Amino acid sequence: MSVAGDNHAGPGEAFVRTHAPVSLPPPVAMTGVLGWLRANLFSGVLSSILTILILVALALIVPPLVKFLLIDAVWSGADRDACLVTEARPEVGACWAFVRDRLAFFVYGSYPIDQRWRVDLFFVQLAIGTVWLLWLDAPRRDLAAAYLFVAVPVISFILLYGWPAIGLAHVDTALWGGVLVTIVVASVGIVASLPIGIVLALGRRSRMPAIKIVSVAFIEFVRGVPLITVLFMASVMLPLFVPATWSPDKLLRALVAVAIFSAAYMAEVVRAGLQAIPRGQYEAARALGLSYWPMMRLVVLPQALKATIPNIVNSYVALFKDTTLVFFVGIFDFLKTVEVARVDPKWATPVTSATGYAFAAMFYLVFCYCMSRYAKGVERRLGSGVRE
Amino acid sequence: MDQDHSDPTIASANPTGSMAVEITHVHKWYGDFRVLWDVSLTIRSGEKVVICGPSGSGKSTLLRCVNALEDVQQGQIVVDGKVLTKDLKRIDEVRREVGMVFQQFNLFPHLTVLENCTLAPIWVRKMPKADAERTAMRFLERVKIPEQALKYPGQLSGGQQQRVAIARALCMNPKIMMFDEPTSALDPEMVKEVLDTMVELAHDGMTMIAVTHEMGFARQVADRVVFMDGGQIIEVNAPGAFFDHPQHERTKLFLSQILR
Repeated sequence: MSVAGDNHAGPGEAFVRTHAPVSLPPPVAMTGVLGWLRANLFSGVLSSILTILILVALALIVPPLVKFLLIDAVWSGADRDACLVTEARPEVGACWAFVRDRLAFFVYGSYPIDQRWRVDLFFVQLAIGTVWLLWLDAPRRDLAAAYLFVAVPVISFILLYGWPAIGLAHVDTALWGGVLVTIVVASVGIVASLPIGIVLALGRRSRMPAIKIVSVAFIEFVRGVPLITVLFMASVMLPLFVPATWSPDKLLRALVAVAIFSAAYMAEVVRAGLQAIPRGQYEAARALGLSYWPMMRLVVLPQALKATIPNIVNSYVALFKDTTLVFFVGIFDFLKTVEVARVDPKWATPVTSATGYAFAAMFYLVFCYCMSRYAKGVERRLGSGVRE
Repeated sequence: MDQDHSDPTIASANPTGSMAVEITHVHKWYGDFRVLWDVSLTIRSGEKVVICGPSGSGKSTLLRCVNALEDVQQGQIVVDGKVLTKDLKRIDEVRREVGMVFQQFNLFPHLTVLENCTLAPIWVRKMPKADAERTAMRFLERVKIPEQALKYPGQLSGGQQQRVAIARALCMNPKIMMFDEPTSALDPEMVKEVLDTMVELAHDGMTMIAVTHEMGFARQVADRVVFMDGGQIIEVNAPGAFFDHPQHERTKLFLSQILR
C-alpha cells in the first residue's frame, strides 16, 4: 500500500489518491519579459542566431529609410527648386512637396476639374457600401449587399460617365485616371470575379459533360495566359473582330479582361474550398430533400468560401496590384499618373522618382494590408464557436 | 446449409398496415464488385427493422439505396408508394419523407443547432421561419437538448450531436426514419443517450430501419432482425427467434462473434 503523500505506486503496488497534489507557481524563467524573450527569440542556438541576424538587418534598413522618408524630407514648396541640394541643405530626402502638388492628378487623372466632385461622391458612396457590408455587426447587411452590388454600380456609372439628361455632363473614360481608375478596375474585378468564379468552379465539378468541358477549357485557357496578354487581346484584337461602329470603350475592354482573368483564378480557389467539404455534408443535405442549388447555397458554399477566405483575399490582393498592368494598354491608372508626374520638368529632381514610387508603394501597401487584416479578423471571428 | 430464404418478407409484426418500403430483387455493383445481390425486403408502416451483418455485407448500401443516395442497377425500390427512378424530382419527394441519421452525424458545422433543424423545413417544406423554429424546439426538447439550440455543433459532445441529427431529421416530419450505425462513432458512455432517444421514437410508432450492432436495442424494439452477408439477405426473423435460435450457419457464426 502506498504511503499518504507519496504519489506513486511502486512495482506491484496498488494506489488510490487520497489528496490533491500541491500546486506550485511556474518557474520564473517561464513568465514575464525574460520568459517571453527566452521562449520566442532565444529558444535555441539557431533561433538566437536568426534573431541577431534579423536585428542587424533591421538596423541597416530602418534608419536610412526613416532619414530619407521623414528626417530629410521636404514637406512644402512650389516647384523643383524646393527639392534640390543647396549649400544650406546638403542632404535632401523625399520630396513630399511634389506629391502634395500633384495629389489631385494622382487621384483624378485628367478628370475635368469642375466635375471632380462627382468622383468624390463616387468614392463616398463606394466607401459607405463597403464599410456597411464588411462591418459584420452592422444592421441590415442584406440591404448593404443589395446597395453595393446593384445600386453602387449603377450610380457610379451615371456619376462618373455622366448622363446629360439629368445635367451630368459626359466625361470620356480617356480622361479618367489615377486612384479613380485603380479603384474602378479593382472593384469591378473584385465584385465580378467571385460570382463568375463560383459558377465556373461549380461548372468544373458538374456531372454534365458539356458544362464541365466549357468550364475547364475556360479556366485552363485563361490561367495559361499572362494577364498582360489578356489585356492586349482585349484592347488590340477585340476591335479587329467586331464591327468598327460597335467598338467598346477602351476602359470597358480592360475591365472585362481583368474580370475574366481574376474569375479564372477565383474559380480554382473556390474549387479547392469545395473539395475540402466532406461528402457527408452533401449526403446530409441530399437526405433532407434539398436539391442542387439550395444545397450549394445553404450548406456547401458557405463552408467552402469560409475555408478559402485567406485564399480569396490573397487573390484580391494580387488583383489589386495587377490592376497596374492596365497602364500597358494606355489606361491612366494610379501608377501611370505617378509615372507621368515624376518626369514632369516642373518637378524633375534626383529624388522625385524615388518619392513618387515610395508614395505609390505606400498606397498599395495600405490597401493590401487592410484587406489582409480584415480577412484575418473575419477568419478569426467565423472560426470562433466552431471547434475544428 | 443452403436453407430457403427466398421470401424474407414474411413474419411481419403488423400484417394489416400499408407498405413503407418495398425492395424487390435489387442488385447493385461497384464496378465489377457486387455489393447487393438479389435483395428483397418489404417493410410495413410502423414496423421497426434492424439490419445487422459483418462489415462490407452491404447493409449500409441497402439503406442508402432506399433514399437514393446510391442508385441500383437492377430491381425496384418503392418508398411510401413512390417508385424510385432517376427522376430527381421524385427522388427529392421521397427524401422528404425519409429521415436519415448518419454514423458521422453530418451536422452542418456553420449553422447553429436550431438552424440545422430549421434549414430543410424552411427551404424544402417552405414552412414559415417562426413555425419551423417552434417545431425544431419541440423536437429538441424531445431529444432532451433544447438548451443547446443556439450553440454550434462543434460545441456539443458526440452523443448530443447525434441527438441533434435525429431532431433535424424529425423536423421534416418524415414517415420513415433510417439510422446508419448511429452509435458506432460515439464514445461508450454516450451510446445510451442516443439509444434511449431511438427507443422512445420506436415507442411512438415511427417506422424505423436501423443498421446497428446494438443487439440490446434490436431485442428491445425490433419487430424483425435482418442479417446480411456478402450482399445478400441471409436470415430474417423476429428478434427472439433470431438471437436464440439462429437458423443459418453464417448467422450463428456472426452472432457467436459479436455476443461473446
